[in-house]
Amino acid sequence: MGEKVLMKGNEAIGEAAIRSGCRHFFGYPITPQTELSAYMAKKMPKIGGTFLQAESEVAAINMVYGAAAAGMRAMTSSSSPGISLKSEGISYIAAGDLPAVIVNIMRGGPGLGGIQPAQSDYFQATKGGGHGDYHLIVLAPNGVQELANLTADAFNITDKYRIPVMLLGDGTIGQMMEPVDFDDIPKPVRYEKPWAVTGTNNERSANCVKTLYLTPSELEDKVVERYNRYEIVKEELQRYEAHDTEDADIIISAYGITSRVAETAVKKLRAEGIKAGIIRPITLWPFPEKIYKQVHPKAFLAVEMSMGQMVEDIRLACECRVPVYFTGRTGGIIPTPDEIIAKVKEIAGEVCPNE
Amino acid sequence: MNKVIFEKPRALGDKPLHYCAGCSHGIVHRLVCEVLDELELTGRAVCVEPVGCSVTADEYFNFDVVQAAHGRAPAVATGIKRSLPGNIVFTYQGDGDLAAIGTAETVHAAARGENITVIFINNTIYGMTGGQMAPTSLPGQVTQTSPYGRDTKTQGYPVKVCEMLSTLDGPSFIARCAVDSVPHIKEAKKAIKKAFEYQCGGRGLSFVEILSTCPTNWGMPPLEAVERLRTEMIPYYPLGVYKDEKGAE
Repeated sequence: MGEKVLMKGNEAIGEAAIRSGCRHFFGYPITPQTELSAYMAKKMPKIGGTFLQAESEVAAINMVYGAAAAGMRAMTSSSSPGISLKSEGISYIAAGDLPAVIVNIMRGGPGLGGIQPAQSDYFQATKGGGHGDYHLIVLAPNGVQELANLTADAFNITDKYRIPVMLLGDGTIGQMMEPVDFDDIPKPVRYEKPWAVTGTNNERSANCVKTLYLTPSELEDKVVERYNRYEIVKEELQRYEAHDTEDADIIISAYGITSRVAETAVKKLRAEGIKAGIIRPITLWPFPEKIYKQVHPKAFLAVEMSMGQMVEDIRLACECRVPVYFTGRTGGIIPTPDEIIAKVKEIAGEVCPNE
Repeated sequence: MNKVIFEKPRALGDKPLHYCAGCSHGIVHRLVCEVLDELELTGRAVCVEPVGCSVTADEYFNFDVVQAAHGRAPAVATGIKRSLPGNIVFTYQGDGDLAAIGTAETVHAAARGENITVIFINNTIYGMTGGQMAPTSLPGQVTQTSPYGRDTKTQGYPVKVCEMLSTLDGPSFIARCAVDSVPHIKEAKKAIKKAFEYQCGGRGLSFVEILSTCPTNWGMPPLEAVERLRTEMIPYYPLGVYKDEKGAE
């Protein structure tokens, strides 16, 4: 146990990244994640690292592509509209099998949307975002300590699998202050990167990081190899937190800040004798589908700060054995425990009519 | 005793080039490789290749290469150079890549004085996609997307990249060359050499534009293409050194 410090989520990402060996950060200002850039701008020059404010999100993600190709632990961050701009580069990073960490501190959308917290980029994060057959590994913390832990994990995971990792938070997670202990975060694991472009030093044959395969069978082989790796990730990396699921009639699922509202709702519902439980996905891709097959509620309820996106993955995970309901708010509004409680009671009326 | 007095640069591989007859890429590839060998930089070189006809240039080079998205090469090179400041990092880009979709990346890498070298192939046309109007296409030039000739009233004017970048404080060296004749090819090699030397000296972005031919998409035989470069392109894009910050080493 080290010393706990009170820190903003966005700044905790920066500190955890530095402690994980990230020395290359390429940013572009956008609310509500700008504190991360500001933190890196302050710290990087003092430790021999690179902080560069790019001319655009497009340039920033391509700088990450370059630094990652050179074998560095590289990171960029943005918020929803900026992630759309980065999506081109993210597709190339995935196609180049490059390790990189991309932070999305989500705000309301579509378009410029708003600057208040939202979770409406779930589809973009977990189903692609850019073009082509690829996935990101998506991690969704629900507090500042976990944000720091998952930042450290993200660098290890992306190096291990050579799959880019997205840290998906919302404006609340990025902006709120909580105590965090950096001695608790996972230690950096070193992976050899023999594929990196570092110059041949006239000692080895040339390395090339590329994404173009003009022969269809060659491209198919590349994509299939990547999908085989995705299967390994699905097996090894599904993470979630669950409780009160054993006897639950209704299991609520929520991630990020919404899960903390859902926790309050579950506590109050239990106090009233209503059998509610909770599954909180921590990895959104791979989605923790195994746990949804192990539980036996009468219904699931997805709670999201969107019009309902993760709800589709819950339906797939439970194979529609029971009804999967949705409630949520969007546009930058956080649902209240009372709204969730009301929805659970409404569902209970439908699925447990005699109780 | 026989003595080798002329050979292929070690930086250049053995694979036959796929470029069309009369295309300038082969000459410029060779010049870059000769310079890297002569300056003993091949083992430290990292090239960022563009999207365009030279998108597979990595197949010809005996040094490390990263393939960038269309127009993003200067940003990718920035990420590499900031990671490996001791390496020699250069982009090799065409006019569509550098002066249209990649304008922002080009201008800002130059404005930052990013310590990289940019080799810019200007042949006034999109080659790989089959001959569309480029930002550098000359007024009146007939292309697939300017079939009646580039009309400056509706399709605007060519972008003069060297002139534009030379207004910035960041770049250390900016020159425009051509590969239409032996003397010009020698000049081009000198400029490329200087550009890499400036990068070695940590002076900031060095930029060499090379007026090039594209006989296939211009719809003319190679010799006629060389003539067009000489009589139409050079008058519009004057050759010479646009910026040379000699500065202290």
